[in-house]
Amino acid sequence: MKKYNYYLLTLIGAAALLSSCGNQNGGGKSSNGALSSSAAEKVYVAPGEQDEFYAFMSGGYSGNLTVYGLPSGRMFKEIPVFSQFPTSGYGYSEETKPMLNTSFGFVPWDDAHHPDISQTKGVLDGRWIFINGNNTPRIAKIDLTTFETTEIIEIPNSAGNHSSSFITENTEYVVAGTRFSVPVPQRDMPINEYKGNFKGALSFISVAPDDGKLNLEFQIMMPGFNYDLSHPGRGKSHGWFFFTTYNTEEANSLLEVNASQNDKDFIAAINWKKVEEYVKNGGGEKMPANYAHNVYDEHTHTATSTMKKEVITVDPTKIPGAVFFLPTPKSPHGCDVDPSGEYIIGNGKLSADLTVHSFDNMIAAIEGKKFDGEAYGIPILKFEDVLAGTVKSGGLGPLHTEFDGKGNAYTTFFISSEVVKWKLGTWEVLDRKPTFYSVGHLMIPGGNSAKPYGKYVVAMNKITKDRYLPTGPELEHSAQLYDITGDKMELIYDFPTHGEPHYAAGIPAELLSSKSKKIYRLTENKHPYAVLSPDKARVERNGKEVHVYMSMIRSHFTPDNIEGIKVGDKVYFHITNHEQDFDVPHGFAMIGQNTSELLIMPGQTKTSLWEPKKEGIWPFYCTDFCSALHQEMQGYVRVSAANSNVPLTYTLGE
Amino acid sequence: MKISITSLVMVLFILLTSCGGKEEKKEGFSVDRSKKTEKPTKVAPVSNEVPASKRVILENKGVGQIKSITLDAEIDTKMASEGEAIFKTNCSACHKIEKRFIGPSPKGILERRSPEWIMNMILDPKLMTEEDQCAKDLLIEFNGAAMANQNLTVEQTRSILEYFRTL
Repeated sequence: MKKYNYYLLTLIGAAALLSSCGNQNGGGKSSNGALSSSAAEKVYVAPGEQDEFYAFMSGGYSGNLTVYGLPSGRMFKEIPVFSQFPTSGYGYSEETKPMLNTSFGFVPWDDAHHPDISQTKGVLDGRWIFINGNNTPRIAKIDLTTFETTEIIEIPNSAGNHSSSFITENTEYVVAGTRFSVPVPQRDMPINEYKGNFKGALSFISVAPDDGKLNLEFQIMMPGFNYDLSHPGRGKSHGWFFFTTYNTEEANSLLEVNASQNDKDFIAAINWKKVEEYVKNGGGEKMPANYAHNVYDEHTHTATSTMKKEVITVDPTKIPGAVFFLPTPKSPHGCDVDPSGEYIIGNGKLSADLTVHSFDNMIAAIEGKKFDGEAYGIPILKFEDVLAGTVKSGGLGPLHTEFDGKGNAYTTFFISSEVVKWKLGTWEVLDRKPTFYSVGHLMIPGGNSAKPYGKYVVAMNKITKDRYLPTGPELEHSAQLYDITGDKMELIYDFPTHGEPHYAAGIPAELLSSKSKKIYRLTENKHPYAVLSPDKARVERNGKEVHVYMSMIRSHFTPDNIEGIKVGDKVYFHITNHEQDFDVPHGFAMIGQNTSELLIMPGQTKTSLWEPKKEGIWPFYCTDFCSALHQEMQGYVRVSAANSNVPLTYTLGE
Repeated sequence: MKISITSLVMVLFILLTSCGGKEEKKEGFSVDRSKKTEKPTKVAPVSNEVPASKRVILENKGVGQIKSITLDAEIDTKMASEGEAIFKTNCSACHKIEKRFIGPSPKGILERRSPEWIMNMILDPKLMTEEDQCAKDLLIEFNGAAMANQNLTVEQTRSILEYFRTL
């Protein structure tokens, strides 16, 4: 006990020393580096030229995903995922409100952590990108032809959905593990009876190979530890999934101290193919549940939310050979698998060293039944038997590792603010470069797949401080770009990132850019309230509900004068953009709109609900500067008293 | 004289806006109109001779991918009705058959334009307004309302042309 306290104290002291030094030295050093002409040339993307890579950065507490170019660091888009986004109307429009439905009702926000791009045979295929909602456990799928969120599935029996959303080698599954263990099923019980009673659910969500439709196939009910991060096996270890754990102490309070008591926690190795087979043969237990499955249809431009009522849970002790624990020192955080699938790296975040396990050793130990006891019926392998090597880095607080495909690994050190390059197999440290400051994740495009594109590494830092012009107490996070083509890493660029990027996923631009959709075809528009030709534009009243079937094109709305609306009506503006040209969206804004504007893409239909509260003549207009006559793109709605008998009329140009 | 009228209008305008809360409907409209009557003197910076919409330039094939089209003597009614449907969805927001709207009516267009010019204009209006004088003048004549590229195929555009022959 005492020993640990001293150890912690030392750590904190070291952290304070190191970070304070970093502030002073780092600033000057790096600005010299960025000014050197070779670095400038490496990141310079001339006007009209395009970037070499897409980088998808999670937004953390923004709930969204941002799209950047590398090496320029230019931001291209913020993709709304778990958060309402007034810019486009996502989560405000009638069509997209169901995307944010959960078993807790409408949840307009989440904490988005780990994006992962779909793969085929372990190589990025660029069909979809997945990301987890950490707070209200959810997994989202984003279509990489439209760069829009098209599916969100809630994860029951889970809390703090953190060891997510990582995909298997052929995108068979997207995997979601719970960070916080909870009672399953949820029930009213004393918190301090956690130990032995809570469960940690590891969820396997299948991805249909053709359309990517998600389905929660099974949940493995693990002991009540914290499942922190995970990555799939690949190549020879395909069929396995690895999760780091901490709080194997099962503490329910003051985890800062109480979850750091055990010298070693575990990496849980899950043979998911075995579990899959067990479930296929009728294994597992159907358990009542309640979770939302929200699907956006590109043709109706509309999302639907369905509540699912059942989930299959699996007791891992009932499947021999399916689950093992690999002892791993000091509350491991990152759990990364090298491109060959042989090495599983557990970064003990309170350690100075990295622990590298060998898949081959693990299999041999399992076959030789070399167990070192068990935890809740799950065999624990002997640390020495599975260990491949230890990287004695000299850094502090290792978190995450990525790979360059050339036999090297790159690990971030949070406490000592650095990226360390080391060699797989020899474990020797080859290089180390400071980051500014306190780096969390790092990303090499494809850096956690069988085929990394090892040209750049992006470090995502938690602390920005003096890197940019100050903007008051709140700052954007800071990312650093390193060229990793040489023996030594070279810091070549700094750029701010939106929200708090926890992880990112990068992909060569040519894998996505040619497939990127330019417009939605009007002829494929199946929205029930779409008007596909302006002569069908109309206004219909149904009691207090009024439906405006409106079309828009440069630069007018059809109709643009509406009379006969009354105070207390619910007016639904269903607006179809009749443009069929790339990059000609129109906006729609109505005075006193309690929702948000709509930004409607060519060929798309969106709906805004407006509830007029006052009599008068109320204007609406296009918010997106669309043509020379954009300022003319406006209209009026006449609102009369609730009891008036002004007839319902709608006109254009009369 | 002119000055006093303008100042009167301004005074009235200020009066009206300041008591906007109260209803003074008719006066409001008349002020609007008197303002309007002053304006037309400034309009009409047309290019050279006949307005672009009235110009007959049958020999001009326009600029773009359509170099030569031969029309059968007979109108292909099936193609024309397909063209009508495509026109309705993609074009009718701005082009009305019976009147000048955002853009000109396509009625009688084949008496003024070559089939190639018409198809090039539909297929790439931006290129046409940049490089074809008549298309350029049309843009000015129609208030700077640039024609939208609706990303139609050559085949779809050809059927719209056939539809125009029936008008």
